[in-house]
Amino acid sequence: MGHLVDIVLLGLLMITGFAIARMRSLLALAMLTSIYSLLSASLFVVLDAVDVALTEAAIGAGISTVLMMAAVALTNDEEKTPWHAPLLPSIVVFATGAALVYGTLDMPHYGDPSAPVHQHVAPTYLQDTPGVIGVPNVVTSVLASYRGYDTLGEVTVIFTAGVGVLALLGYRLRRCNIQVPGIRKLVVLRVIAKLFFPLILLFALYVLFHGDYGPGGGFQAGVIFATGFILYALAFGLGNAQRLIPRAFLRIMMATGVLIYAAVGIESMLLGGKFLEYRVLADDPVTGQHLGIMLIEVGVGITVASVVLLIYYGFVSRHCQAPEDM
Amino acid sequence: MMDTVLDVLSWILLLGGAIFLLVGAIGALRFPDFYTRLHAVSVCDTMGAGLVLVGLMLQGGLSLVTVKLLLVFYFMMFTGPTAVHALAAAAMQSKQKPLVDDREP
Amino acid sequence: MSELLGHFNYWIVIVLMMTGFYIVIARPNLIKKIIGLFIFQTSVFILFISMAKIEGGTAPIIEEGISVYSNPLPHVLILTAIVVSLATTALGLALVVRIREAYGTMNEDDIHVQDEEG
Repeated sequence: MGHLVDIVLLGLLMITGFAIARMRSLLALAMLTSIYSLLSASLFVVLDAVDVALTEAAIGAGISTVLMMAAVALTNDEEKTPWHAPLLPSIVVFATGAALVYGTLDMPHYGDPSAPVHQHVAPTYLQDTPGVIGVPNVVTSVLASYRGYDTLGEVTVIFTAGVGVLALLGYRLRRCNIQVPGIRKLVVLRVIAKLFFPLILLFALYVLFHGDYGPGGGFQAGVIFATGFILYALAFGLGNAQRLIPRAFLRIMMATGVLIYAAVGIESMLLGGKFLEYRVLADDPVTGQHLGIMLIEVGVGITVASVVLLIYYGFVSRHCQAPEDM
Repeated sequence: MMDTVLDVLSWILLLGGAIFLLVGAIGALRFPDFYTRLHAVSVCDTMGAGLVLVGLMLQGGLSLVTVKLLLVFYFMMFTGPTAVHALAAAAMQSKQKPLVDDREP
Repeated sequence: MSELLGHFNYWIVIVLMMTGFYIVIARPNLIKKIIGLFIFQTSVFILFISMAKIEGGTAPIIEEGISVYSNPLPHVLILTAIVVSLATTALGLALVVRIREAYGTMNEDDIHVQDEEG
């Protein structure tokens, strides 16, 4: 019976995938991608991956959709028929699919507790986390403490994406007051945006600091924080949003997050431990772990929020660029 | 006794919410015009999600989960109709004319 | 039969992966290729997370009275992968916007023609 929800969700995912393959209109494609992300977030909840579900819902169904719609709005709206017949791609796809299915025949059964992936490192993480790190959410403890290097690399990847989008889409652009004509007349939207803006930021901070005890953490919090400002920019215009948070400030904040993360690592080296060894940060090792995890989550949140907001500014302000500026 | 009453009540609310969601989905597919389809979808967002949330609140009893569900309900009641309003205003902006019945009476 | 029940999850995920792969190689529109890549990435996430699930376990948050938890290690890997997918999608869309401004079209075939002519 518990598998029924699984099968229904996977079936819906397949239908959405086929619909995306056949759809021509690009705006409808952006919406279908958002539906696909939301369905996979629901599937993650059913598969007991709550942290991953929150991240997929915030990033896949939230920010990726906004960026795709912003990109589609800058380009034309239809997809033309391909020139060549789809015979060769279909053959390649079928061959690859058959090879993959043959590969999965050796895999352990779905839900099997004696699979090799559950035997070596994972039970150690589950057993040692309450004593050594003292944080109930094991995913946060593994992400921030046991696998802290990977997360440092991940923050650097986000930072690089921000730098790349800045280099491509208008580093030198002056402030631009693009707005949908007539949206200032929508009193309801302006009031709701003003009412919800502080609540969204507060919720982002809650997700950030509560990530030790429940699903949450730096990445989700950064994305939700940026979403608040994107709502404000949609309701009041990009010019007002850039007056609220200027691009120069965001460029500094983008680097500050990565700096905080690396600084925690170097601080632990200066205090006698190894790079990113949190237990030397305070007298009590568990308190040191808490402090280290909190600091790096804050750094991650700052970088992700700044990068997402900068990318949004970059895409939307492309509308009002004069031809001679390009 | 109280438990059974709460259980039955929450089941009724959950089923009611599911029926509203189904009605909204069928309306979104079958209505002839953008504005009427939008009206059908708004039923999903408010009545459908609202009834499901109240049913879950009854299942949760008096705990922190119920408070969180109450907050989610409160936010959905604000953002659902606002989103529909913004969509309708955007459609009017881009000159999407509503389908009008001008047959002779 | 137990083969089928034990593996159906993976096979449906492979169908999704191949849908994304087909969109990337067979459709000429650049934004659609990026969307196909996004579908491919998300279906790989589903594959990893369904490998992490243990029958009868719950989410990996330590609670009193629960003894079986899902494996947290693939969850951490996929969290990283979701954020990386956001980074690559944003960069890909920025490139598509610049290509559109340079060539006037987003169709791969038209871009090839323009490249060969000029």
